[in-house]
Amino acid sequence: MGKNIKFYWTLFSSAFSLSAFTIGGGYVIVPLMRKKFVEELKWIDDEEMLNLVAISQSAPGPIAVNASIMVGYRLAGVLGAFITTVGTVLPPLIIITAISKFYASFKENRVANALLLGMRAGVAAVIIDVIIKMSKDIIKSKNIISVTIMIVALIAAVIFEINAALIIILSGAFGAFYYNYLKKEGEHK
Amino acid sequence: MIYLDIFISFFQIGLFSIGGGYAALPLIENQVLEVHKWLTIEEFADLLTISQMTPGPIALNASTFVGTKVAGLSGAVIATIGCVTPSCIIVLILSYFYFKYKNLSSVQGILKGLRPAVVSLIASAGISVLMLTIFKTEVTSLANIKLSDINFISIIMVAISVFILRKYKINPIKVMVGTGIIGILTYGLF
Repeated sequence: MGKNIKFYWTLFSSAFSLSAFTIGGGYVIVPLMRKKFVEELKWIDDEEMLNLVAISQSAPGPIAVNASIMVGYRLAGVLGAFITTVGTVLPPLIIITAISKFYASFKENRVANALLLGMRAGVAAVIIDVIIKMSKDIIKSKNIISVTIMIVALIAAVIFEINAALIIILSGAFGAFYYNYLKKEGEHK
Repeated sequence: MIYLDIFISFFQIGLFSIGGGYAALPLIENQVLEVHKWLTIEEFADLLTISQMTPGPIALNASTFVGTKVAGLSGAVIATIGCVTPSCIIVLILSYFYFKYKNLSSVQGILKGLRPAVVSLIASAGISVLMLTIFKTEVTSLANIKLSDINFISIIMVAISVFILRKYKINPIKVMVGTGIIGILTYGLF
């Protein structure tokens, strides 16, 4: 991975285009990032991507921004983090600046509304695709603990609407407790 | 000084919105409506509508919207910088420690516990988007759904898109642009 102008441009343009398509909440950027940095560019592996997302989720601030900072830092240090941050904040800055000027006509515009309604279906499909892939990996690992954490966390988030940061902290604490103390003796890893 | 006020307000919004998504909403409301009176209630409602329709985190959308209104383009830029500054500092510190210590077995244990939970959090975000997609009106409880509330065109689009994504591994942005165009053709013209 040579760090030349082309590398930094790819980093910036990836962050910019991912942010421009993050419609419907910050988590949407995660599947898009995974597709770009894990599958397409192969700069980060699947496991690390999930680690980075977990950490971004536990820090304050928009998750899309935090995840971009972590990916940028992982790939090219502080300069990389700076580049991905700028790439991530520019699309909302440009789009909202434009829209706030023509807001009244935008709100009533049938074509704009139809476009967004249609794109939402695409967003849902992209998330479903990534969830299938990631949950398959966890189930295939045949690790009962991981599968249990996944199911419990899903119930906690969807049915009980427990704060995401709390779910992250509890599952991390459980992981630390289980893998470091309960499983210490016996087989390795 | 107005720029400093904007910076400090959005710095606080960035710093205290933990948990993502709509966690930032009450903070934005407090800063923008109560502390500073930069927006009216109607403008705040417009901001929410715009945020739902446009890309980007709501805190960043609010930064630009409020910044532009209070002090033009430079206001928007300063609000945005204020909003991401806490993230930059805190996440960089966390990144530093993560990459330094990620191979320690105790840290590995934590991460091994975290990963399945993150998959579920992404799934729960996916479920909310899916609900918004397949129902025409906002569904508050599953008990009173009518058949006419279900958006069949969207369900078909989602199903076909998932199939294409799984089978051909194409760029998801292309899929989103594609469903957007189909959206214009089906919802916009009739």
